[in-house]
Amino acid sequence: MGRYIIKRIIGLIPLLLAVSFLIFIFIHLIPGDPARLMAGKDATNDEVEALRTYLGLDKPILEQYFIYMKELFQGDLGHSLRSNAPVTQLFGERFLPSLQLSILSIGWAMLIGILLGVISAVFRGRWPDYFGTITAISGISVPNFWLGLVMIQLFAVQFNIFPAGGIETWKGYVLPSFALGAGIMAMITRFTRSSLVQTLQEDFIRTARSRGLGERAIIFGHALKKSMITVLTIAGLQFGFLLGGSIVVETVFSFPGMGRLLIDSIQFRDYPVVQSLLLIFSLEFILVNLIVDILYGFFNPKIRYN
Amino acid sequence: MSETQITTDQTQFVETKQDSNFKRLLRSFKKNKLALYSLYVIILLLLIVIFGPWITPYDPQEANYDSILEAPSWQHLAGTDEFGKDVLSRLIVGARLSLGVGVSAVLLGAVAGTILGLISGFFGKWVDRVIMRICDILFAFPDLVLAIAMVAILGPGMKNVIIAIAFFSTPSFARIVRGETLEIKERLFIEAERSIGAKKSRIILRHVFPQTISTIIVYITMNIGGAIISAASLSFLGLGASPSSPEWGAMLSASRDYIGHAFHLIFFPGLAVFITVLVLNLFGDGLRDVLDPKTRD
Repeated sequence: MGRYIIKRIIGLIPLLLAVSFLIFIFIHLIPGDPARLMAGKDATNDEVEALRTYLGLDKPILEQYFIYMKELFQGDLGHSLRSNAPVTQLFGERFLPSLQLSILSIGWAMLIGILLGVISAVFRGRWPDYFGTITAISGISVPNFWLGLVMIQLFAVQFNIFPAGGIETWKGYVLPSFALGAGIMAMITRFTRSSLVQTLQEDFIRTARSRGLGERAIIFGHALKKSMITVLTIAGLQFGFLLGGSIVVETVFSFPGMGRLLIDSIQFRDYPVVQSLLLIFSLEFILVNLIVDILYGFFNPKIRYN
Repeated sequence: MSETQITTDQTQFVETKQDSNFKRLLRSFKKNKLALYSLYVIILLLLIVIFGPWITPYDPQEANYDSILEAPSWQHLAGTDEFGKDVLSRLIVGARLSLGVGVSAVLLGAVAGTILGLISGFFGKWVDRVIMRICDILFAFPDLVLAIAMVAILGPGMKNVIIAIAFFSTPSFARIVRGETLEIKERLFIEAERSIGAKKSRIILRHVFPQTISTIIVYITMNIGGAIISAASLSFLGLGASPSSPEWGAMLSASRDYIGHAFHLIFFPGLAVFITVLVLNLFGDGLRDVLDPKTRD
């Protein structure tokens, strides 16, 4: 198992290099001159040129990339063009709220999703199943920014139970995590249902039934255990959806996280921040997929040895 | 003369066979009531897309400062906006934009992905490795993050939103078509074609590609809903359609400040996106069960 994990991690190195290079090229393709932008509107051409040399932007692009990578390995992500603060400091402030929001969202989504999925599978073809299926397909189809705005109207404006934005108290996390988790909950419901329906038809379940086990023990003790592999994989894959969704939901709720930082930085053409955020987002995504792969290998030895 | 006769007969034979096949699929599709009703709604949406500008109750561009921010009433079923424009009329003309972006982005991604997938799967070796590695790199980005990065480079606007969404849809189409191609390539009739010296391009276009079509259609239908949401999200973030445009995401973005005062401005554009995506997803599910039962969940 340890060997498998090491092999998987080493396999990621070329991918990480390629991703960092692609992002670097992306940022350099953005029209506009960062040196002029930083120097300000009143700067003379000489001042802009001096700044360009100072920033190293006059060097060949490959050399710039190597310098960037060197600094990256030293933990230096550059400085924000807007506030001149180190990018690492900006991330320090924003990372935790975003992480908490993600964990809360995926947490309730898994809890309710698995529960609804189990109910749907057990009552297959009857009304609880239709209820679960309709909830699931609605959750997939609803735009999360709209869901967020509707909830602000209902719970912040009309009933004043939760705040419309900000995270001064725990209440500030409730509406954003609901808006962000709804789609994931829907996916997990669907996959739990389909996986459980399949598992319940297998021989070992028939054996368990013939041994006189109660229906509850069969579902929670035997069937769900096997279906969890699929559910875990799906939950992991939804993480990308979560990262993208967080950008939109954080904007709706004025949530001080990484997603809103990305949109703000794009609007202000704050390239060093955009570049580092893109890198962090893809890194998170790659890491989560790696963890899912490893878990999958752990549950399913066949994959490990191939 | 006799040769022509035979060809015609063959065509007729093929046609009747396809016809009965189609009827069989249609019958099995009709059994799924939810998918069937969704199809009716989709047809209605298409009619709105086609005839939109001629069926609006009011001129969607006309400002009327005597009736700004009016709540829904019999005069204005979905209320009016901050300029007194009729929201329902704007939603009707906006359908073209919102649906158009989603559909064209997915189609563009499907064409690019199918070409890459066919080439990758059929030629194998280094061609396959290069294409699949590039896909791997693109898969390392969450979809919306990649789209936002693309729009940041290309600048905001509907055209660039289409390119951005097509860009992140391409790798998944490529991977699916490649998988199908790898499997089809090994079948006996392809080997037969090869043995009689058929050109590679002919084998790909006449024999491999037609076998992948049903999978591609299913995958397109399943993806359009998501693409419409992505496009609306980009417009909502201020990266897509201009705020004055009647595109549904842009309408939502423009009316954010009116939350608490004129909720109908937020409610109806979002509801339009929701219903559209919902029926597309339901229809996609039904279509998949009929055309591609092996991937049924």
